[in-house]
Amino acid sequence: MSNDSLDPRVNRLKLSDANAVIKVEEGENWNVYEVFHQEKRGAHHEHVGCVHAPDPQLALVFAKEQFARRKKCVNLWVVRSADILAFDVEDEDMFANNLEKNYRDASGFKVMEKINKFKQSK
Amino acid sequence: MISNAALTDLIIKMADDELIQGHRNSEWTGLGPVMEEDIAFSSMAQDKIGHAWALYRILHENLGGEDPDRFAFMRPEKDFRCSHLVEMPNGGYDFSLMRHFLFDHAETVRYESLQDSSFEPFQLLSKKIKGELKYHTLHANAFIMQLSKASEEGYARMQTALNDTIALAAGVFEPSAAHEEALMAEKVYPGEKELYHRWLDRIYPVLVKASLNLPDMNTITPVYGGRQGFHTTHLAPLLKEMGEVFNLDTEASW
Repeated sequence: MSNDSLDPRVNRLKLSDANAVIKVEEGENWNVYEVFHQEKRGAHHEHVGCVHAPDPQLALVFAKEQFARRKKCVNLWVVRSADILAFDVEDEDMFANNLEKNYRDASGFKVMEKINKFKQSK
Repeated sequence: MISNAALTDLIIKMADDELIQGHRNSEWTGLGPVMEEDIAFSSMAQDKIGHAWALYRILHENLGGEDPDRFAFMRPEKDFRCSHLVEMPNGGYDFSLMRHFLFDHAETVRYESLQDSSFEPFQLLSKKIKGELKYHTLHANAFIMQLSKASEEGYARMQTALNDTIALAAGVFEPSAAHEEALMAEKVYPGEKELYHRWLDRIYPVLVKASLNLPDMNTITPVYGGRQGFHTTHLAPLLKEMGEVFNLDTEASW
């Protein structure tokens, strides 16, 4: 099956068969890297955005200019976006709270009343 | 006592290299190969102009020199002391990157040596820009590796760029006939010859890692002349463009 298009410019590109397996050689495509920024020593690295780069070293180099040029920064992490394992968006329902289990929420405990009562009794 | 004339000579050639290299690199703004690199290269160009400004200020404040802006933008071409390396037009990204690599390592060994300078403003400046230079050379090394390893074409172009640039880059280390001995004796800096050898020690391992061949330096004739005020035909148009806005109204306050 070919990639027939109504647009002659697309046909001129001589795209390969739409069903053919696409093999991307190492280094052929630039990857997206997620960037994590550390504001001070000991603080958590926080996700701030992403950069395109051909390898991790250049991703770090680019991240420094994109995300650490103005804001205070002491360290950066980069990780290839493809290396991050995430839940499917459709699985969002797994995180939904069951209304009948709100006794599990720490916020559900009303302790101030008891504390105040205890203080008064002293 | 260090002679003011010797210090002035050294500062002007260092500062002019930074200013002209910074201006050349800034010509890539908006034309970089990818957005991230466009921003990185432009930002480093600004750093270089900042180094030039810091040096012109030392000249102004410590050695009775002119106001930095006027000194940078109103001097005639023959009073510039930049090397021919930085004057050359940008060419392709291969040439620009190779020049960036060779120039920034030369800059780094020079400023590192100033940490122990007998001239105190040099010590302060070298401490201040140490981190910037570390980043600039990291950027240059990463790109040299990447482009030399990416494809046959990339490798061939980087090797050609190296062959075309090396004599110009060696010309950065043109010694001053009049002041070199005095500056070394007064421990202002270790001298051009010593810096040249330190520079070769820095670039060689990176080139080896990138499988690039450093030409036999004994067969290379360094391109001298810039430090004596002899320039390529490329400098005059650059200066005209660089000073265009400033010279519309030289008394304007910015």
